[in-house]
Amino acid sequence: MILTFKINGEWVTQEIKPSLLLIDLIRDVLQLKGTKPGCLEGECGACSVIVNGDAINSCMYLAINVDGKEVTTIEGLENNENPLHQVQEKMLEHGAVQCGFCSPGMVMTTKAYSDKCIAEGITPTREEVKKSLEGNLCRCTGYAKIIDAAEAVYK
Amino acid sequence: MMKVIGKSHQKLDGKERVSGKAVYGHDIELPNMLHGSILRTKYPCAEIISIDTSKALSLDGVECIITANDVDVNNIGYKKDHPILKKGTVNCNRDEIAAVAARTKEIADKAIQLIEVEYKIKEGVYDPFEALKETTPRINEFGKGAEQFGNKNMAESFHYEHGNLEEQKAKSKVIIKKRYELPRVTHACIATSNITAEFNNFDGRLTLWSSTQVPFLYQRDIAHALKMEPSKIRVIQPIIGGGFGSKLDMHPFEPICALLAIKSGKPVQILYSREEEFIASPTRQPMVIELTTGCDENGKFTFREVEIIKDNGAYTSWGATTPFVMMQSYSSLYQVPACKFDSHAVYTNNPFAGSFRGYGNPQATFSIESNIDLMAEELGMSQAEIRLINANYKGEITGQGLHFKTCGAIPALKTVIEKSNYDKIMATPNTGRYRRGVGLGSMLHVGGGAKIYRSDGCGTTLKIDDYGYLTIVTGSNEIGQGSETVLAMIAMEELGIPKEKIKVINTDTDVKPWDVGVHASRTSFVAGNSLLGAIKLIKEKLSKKAIELLDVVTDDWEYANGMMRFNEFEIKLDKVVREMHFASPHELCMVNYFYEPPSKFQDKDFKGDVSGNYAFASQAIEVEVDTVTGNVRVLNVHVSQDVGRVLNPVGLQGQMEGGLATGIGYALTEEMIYEKGVLKNPSFHGYKMLTSTDMPDVHFYPIETYDEAGPYGSKGAGEAPLIPTAAAIANAVSNALGVRFYSLPITAEKVLRALASPTPPKEGLLREAKPVTKHQ
Repeated sequence: MILTFKINGEWVTQEIKPSLLLIDLIRDVLQLKGTKPGCLEGECGACSVIVNGDAINSCMYLAINVDGKEVTTIEGLENNENPLHQVQEKMLEHGAVQCGFCSPGMVMTTKAYSDKCIAEGITPTREEVKKSLEGNLCRCTGYAKIIDAAEAVYK
Repeated sequence: MMKVIGKSHQKLDGKERVSGKAVYGHDIELPNMLHGSILRTKYPCAEIISIDTSKALSLDGVECIITANDVDVNNIGYKKDHPILKKGTVNCNRDEIAAVAARTKEIADKAIQLIEVEYKIKEGVYDPFEALKETTPRINEFGKGAEQFGNKNMAESFHYEHGNLEEQKAKSKVIIKKRYELPRVTHACIATSNITAEFNNFDGRLTLWSSTQVPFLYQRDIAHALKMEPSKIRVIQPIIGGGFGSKLDMHPFEPICALLAIKSGKPVQILYSREEEFIASPTRQPMVIELTTGCDENGKFTFREVEIIKDNGAYTSWGATTPFVMMQSYSSLYQVPACKFDSHAVYTNNPFAGSFRGYGNPQATFSIESNIDLMAEELGMSQAEIRLINANYKGEITGQGLHFKTCGAIPALKTVIEKSNYDKIMATPNTGRYRRGVGLGSMLHVGGGAKIYRSDGCGTTLKIDDYGYLTIVTGSNEIGQGSETVLAMIAMEELGIPKEKIKVINTDTDVKPWDVGVHASRTSFVAGNSLLGAIKLIKEKLSKKAIELLDVVTDDWEYANGMMRFNEFEIKLDKVVREMHFASPHELCMVNYFYEPPSKFQDKDFKGDVSGNYAFASQAIEVEVDTVTGNVRVLNVHVSQDVGRVLNPVGLQGQMEGGLATGIGYALTEEMIYEKGVLKNPSFHGYKMLTSTDMPDVHFYPIETYDEAGPYGSKGAGEAPLIPTAAAIANAVSNALGVRFYSLPITAEKVLRALASPTPPKEGLLREAKPVTKHQ
């Protein structure tokens, strides 16, 4: 079947099998390797991408569901003026990256959440920030620095 | 005054990692690359009657299939008791029977399903105590237990002792004997295991893109397995998505991938699924520890006697050597006049254990620190006081011969006791649904490498190019812990070259000099000292040329902002390098240096000063237990650690918080549940790792003791933060409830069962403990 969607700001049309997962479309077909496969069972969040403003696990999402929608992957955060998004800058400043395999997922989850909070004029509490990251596993950092970085986005 | 060391620096390649540009093993795609898949046994203990691969081979897209009958290889593992591909019998649920290389991963997985194996199922042995019985059959046919240890199912055995045990027992006012049971847990790296192999059949060279933590030992191990020359094997480490000890051993899937590449003549990649990662990657050693400890009427420790039965699983990995580390804690954590230690690793049909951050020490420390609380309770002494009067001290040479030239044990203990409001919490009445408790735990670990291999060294090559850029080629490895950043910081400090002009090359065995690997919290210590040695040499070269160019006599140069300065004389570093290159003596600005730590091999009785220095830490952990749900919530962690000297504060803090998270999981939630050798929870859904909402507030107080052996006085720090965590949490839960747990994890179910037991705990049982007296 034919799929038309916007990825990282560009409309693309792609022929796919109906069973194709979004993560496979992103990593294998479009060769965007920044989205990481951590578990392929919707538990670890390493493959998080943003679809129409919501962070989702791309391993649990059929590619056909993005038809007509806007998808942002970690590669979509880069532009000529700013090679890193503010969320990424904050993660580096706070030492929130160790092995880094969970980092793109952490960035996308934090970006989606902070975009919504900022749009609604809300500054979330630390507990709310923690809750927003609950679906993303990390084995290196103990989360503290990632939470610090996500909180710093509002400062 | 340090300009760089001691100040926080961002991770050297952090931008690549946070932007998704870093290339991990999962991201590698080579031209014509095939995908490999492994058929594992259906039963943990069985005879293989026949293997039929014909249907799988006829599947379109399958390029080759290998079984044990197709390959000429050696056994692998620490005891060489592990066939890469199994024939005759299978011994655990990880066992590899066949492997397929196909054009796509889907085809390879489908082909695996088409391989027909006929088994004769056997009754397995899943309990190490059962395995030790005379009547139990031999589990591993390559095991040498009968000859070496007098029992066919014994894989490895250690005995250690010091002091006069009987004399010390006679002196003891209190003797506590307890049995502790530790679970099987796993590393759960967020990136699953992976390897890509390519074989060049013109020159017989094999290239492996591997996540190993020990590339040079791995090169040797792969060569032995495949009957190749080690130097024909090039190991390239892509960015590694978590290690924690899991990649210390070479595992069967790695030579299997190489064999598929050799047979197919094409590059082959094997990526584990998350389920396969849980089933087929290593675990921490499960064990039963029987510990007897004593103290005199003043609370001074008298002796420790310990017997440990470790479930080795079906094959023997580096994990079998964890008693090296465990015996150090039994012999030398606090002052111990006499110690007797026996540890036996026993074959079973369970999956084999490997090495895991802490290397046996979390298990040992859990038992030691629990017994200490019990002795204090029996004596009516404060749990803080008993630790302080027995703590290690500067200048101590322990019964095992460990020499503590610096020692932050007492300052660390005092810090966490004070900062956690230990006395106040212990004196607060504790009733109602939610009970609060605080617990103490301390630890001792190697801080300056560990001489267990013939060399514990690390090589460094330095190059300053014609433009003043520095390349550090180090033997050491980056697995996310931040060693590259620390190395760059050392070079910035010493040579005044800015971070933007420093490159660290550390991923290719064809290029980098030898190093034993990333383990034993050794990298910043050993690679840092190696780099400092190389910097000394390159400074000599630079100084000689600068003296000639500026016509001054000095060896007291200041290196800053890419310049060399002495009084009013100054010259650009890159100019010195160019003059050296393009004029006399026509040399490149390059040096090599190899650092071997001053540590010693232990003798046959395991005595000797095995590490360049030693790390000490204490934790005071505050918990709240919900007596209705049984849930234990960790509220605050106070951790104080003798790190010698803080090199990169933000990196060090990250090691603390990360280690603690793993330690809390070990204490409360993580457990691989096996039934007759089969894993019942091979997913993140069933295996409970901490999430962001479970993480307590971490309060870290580094202790700087400036140990002369380490770079700028530093000590290894990476493993320590998780070592006393489970012990401190168990003590805290016990103090909250008045009931003690002798096994981990302390799940809600265990808490509720204990609270409902016929002898319910007395409220505030331990709250009568005396407050801590002041120590000078």
